[in-house]
Amino acid sequence: MENSIELTAAAKQGSNPVKKFLRIRETGLILIILALFVAMSFASPYFLTWVNMRAMVMAFAVEGIVVVGMTILLISGGIDLSVGSVTALAMVIAGSLFLAGVDPWLASLVAIAACTGIGAFMGFFVTRIGLHHFIVSLAVMVIARGACLLFTGGRPLGLFSLPPEFKFIGQGSIGPVPLVIIVFLVVVLCFDFMLRRSTAFRKVFYTGSNEKAAAYSGIRTKRVIFLTTTLCSALCGIAGIIYMARFGSAQPTFGLGMELNVIAAAVIGGASLNGGSGTIFGAILGAALLSVVSSSLALLDVSVYWQDIIRGSILLTAVSIDHYLNKKRDAGGKA
Amino acid sequence: MHDDVILKISNVSKSFGPVRALRGVDFELRRGEIHALAGENGAGKSTLMNIIDGILQPDGGEILWEGQPVRIASPNAAQELGIGLVHQEIALCPDISVAENMFMAVTNRSRRFLMDVGSLKQRARAVLGQLCDIDPGAIVRDLPISHQQLVEIAKALTLDCKVLILDEPTAALTEREAQTLFGIMRRLSAQGISIIYISHRMVEIFDNCDRVSVFRDGQYITTAPISEITPSGVVNAMVGREIGTLYPPKQAADTRTEEVIFEVRNLTETTRFKDVSFALRRGEILGIAGLIGSGRSEIVKGICRLEGDVSGEVLLDGKPLQLRHYGDSIAAGLVYLSEDRKGDGLFLERSIAENVSALDLRHVSSAAGLIETDREIELARSLGAKLNLKYGRLSDPVSSLSGGNQQKVAIGKMLSVNPRLIFLDEPTRGVDVGAKSEIHRILRELASEGVGTVVISSELPELIGLCDRVLVVREGRIAGEVAGDRMTEENIMRLASGLEAAPQPTLNA
Repeated sequence: MENSIELTAAAKQGSNPVKKFLRIRETGLILIILALFVAMSFASPYFLTWVNMRAMVMAFAVEGIVVVGMTILLISGGIDLSVGSVTALAMVIAGSLFLAGVDPWLASLVAIAACTGIGAFMGFFVTRIGLHHFIVSLAVMVIARGACLLFTGGRPLGLFSLPPEFKFIGQGSIGPVPLVIIVFLVVVLCFDFMLRRSTAFRKVFYTGSNEKAAAYSGIRTKRVIFLTTTLCSALCGIAGIIYMARFGSAQPTFGLGMELNVIAAAVIGGASLNGGSGTIFGAILGAALLSVVSSSLALLDVSVYWQDIIRGSILLTAVSIDHYLNKKRDAGGKA
Repeated sequence: MHDDVILKISNVSKSFGPVRALRGVDFELRRGEIHALAGENGAGKSTLMNIIDGILQPDGGEILWEGQPVRIASPNAAQELGIGLVHQEIALCPDISVAENMFMAVTNRSRRFLMDVGSLKQRARAVLGQLCDIDPGAIVRDLPISHQQLVEIAKALTLDCKVLILDEPTAALTEREAQTLFGIMRRLSAQGISIIYISHRMVEIFDNCDRVSVFRDGQYITTAPISEITPSGVVNAMVGREIGTLYPPKQAADTRTEEVIFEVRNLTETTRFKDVSFALRRGEILGIAGLIGSGRSEIVKGICRLEGDVSGEVLLDGKPLQLRHYGDSIAAGLVYLSEDRKGDGLFLERSIAENVSALDLRHVSSAAGLIETDREIELARSLGAKLNLKYGRLSDPVSSLSGGNQQKVAIGKMLSVNPRLIFLDEPTRGVDVGAKSEIHRILRELASEGVGTVVISSELPELIGLCDRVLVVREGRIAGEVAGDRMTEENIMRLASGLEAAPQPTLNA
């Protein structure tokens, strides 16, 4: 069974080992998720219900938008630890403005613009000053979280008076499908397609694969890195607004630890911390796997405290397998 | 004569997956000899050396060390036997000092809590002193590549080895440094140390070695004393066929024209070069010579706006170009082939097709900015055919190709934009003999098609054999030009080094 999948994938893709490998990884992730589904449907009658399915997808759909931004940033060779607090900051800015009497749509646009500005700010420090993404985003993570607490005095903002058409973004459905999931799917499909096919995103791969070679191909690599950094924060802003519409509140402490989840999803899905590789499809499968595991553990009444331990272990396992296979492939390629 | 042999390899095989890197090879090293290893890239030289150094384990066959069968399980085991390997690639820790790098193995084995930095430096100085003037306290990152290479060699010398393996040690050295190295090699061999010397340069092999063994396609071909074989004999054994003339014919006299297609006037960069002016005529191949650090690469990179703060005029077909960054340069038709193919020339883990198209994706994409894979493959296929590229599939990563074929991909990448002018920096470095003459033939074809062709090379025979005219750069200025009968190694070296009194490259860190 596994072999035949591998063969058809290989036939479609030629024998490019990198692509073949990614294919196998994605099919592998799907198989693991399916296996969990089968096991869980025996373990809990509630698991395979529509309500639970929807809840599981909802659980990672909005975060999935951030995963998209993170994956692209990782491919370009960067990383962003500030995603959680920037997402919270979007909620807080939009929420505060709304409470001050600003139209919620305008307030949302301002918040998204502000997050984009934060991304540009980080991009500036990385590309112009020459600091590492890790350090810059670590600092911004703390600064943005501080700003959230400062604007709200540390208390959640109740936004019950948001107009229903605004709340529809986060709470409405088209037919049986929640709008959030539709937005998520559109974002994922668009970016996955563009990442595979567009010249603009091809330059992201070139830059992350070998920045100097990219520069020697006439690609303005600093601009590429600046833009991927900005894009990631902008997507955090959009995610923050959807969360706000969904919860009808703005929580200054929202998204603590989100960076781990998001980076884990991308890496489980095949993105490399060294840049140059990764797919949106894989990253979303990674996010889905984490979500299915969390949901399964909850249904099995496993203590919440175990969940982080298990999540971390999954990440470590996935990365170890990845590294092992890479090493094997490299040894095989040498003549 | 059995006790004369220190190392004997018999019938050793090694496969990597489906690739059979070594097929039952034999090799014999005598005590105190300098034994050259020749073979094209992919012939199996490096695999054999890695087996001798314990990095790789053979699939079959026998290794005899001083007559006793041994298993060399790790580089550490090789060191204990007395085998030292200097890799082609520099493997030093860039952020620590020269002395600490040289004695890494000693420090590793030491049971003492603190390092005795003073004595390390002293011992380092004693070893380095034989090679050249490098401060043992200097940080490796601050040294030029040639000195880093010398530190690698010095590091191996500290191991008190009985067998020293040097894998293309002169690739990054200047002529003078190489000569020093050869002197040391001869002294070591007089002390009874055996040296395995890997090089593509026939001159070095024939000037310095006692015997030569030739490998081809993972097989052992022959071993002969240097006195009983000719360079062309070695080359023929390496490629398995007669190589006709080594270089393509020069530009024919009747096609010579005074038509200038490209001109540089008073190109100046703040620190690295000054008042550089030259012109390129249609159909000629122009060479640029100069010692490492003379500014020859910097000038070309400056023209293409790859680096540096450059002023001066650049004219193509008599029209001045306004270039701000390399993207502008590519758009104008000026492209640069990097001297460091692996470091900044190629995206090794990406496919051949994706590498070839990288300079200008508009050639393979729709108006909406979407890449059309069919066109991308087609572009790579047609350029691959033109360059006689050997590959499995165009979707294979570039890292799966041999050095020569990787270089062809890099050249294909340049040609994908139909350039007006190509600058090639060391176009045949680390490329085997067969691919080398193919690349030369391609360059000659390009030049006669009217593509301006400028070649930078450290290998003087290559410049003389390939180019119609050679500019010599010294200390950031054009020191002179040679053409026709005056194009000799001696004339070029005299210009490059500033007449007889060649100034020592200044390095007192």
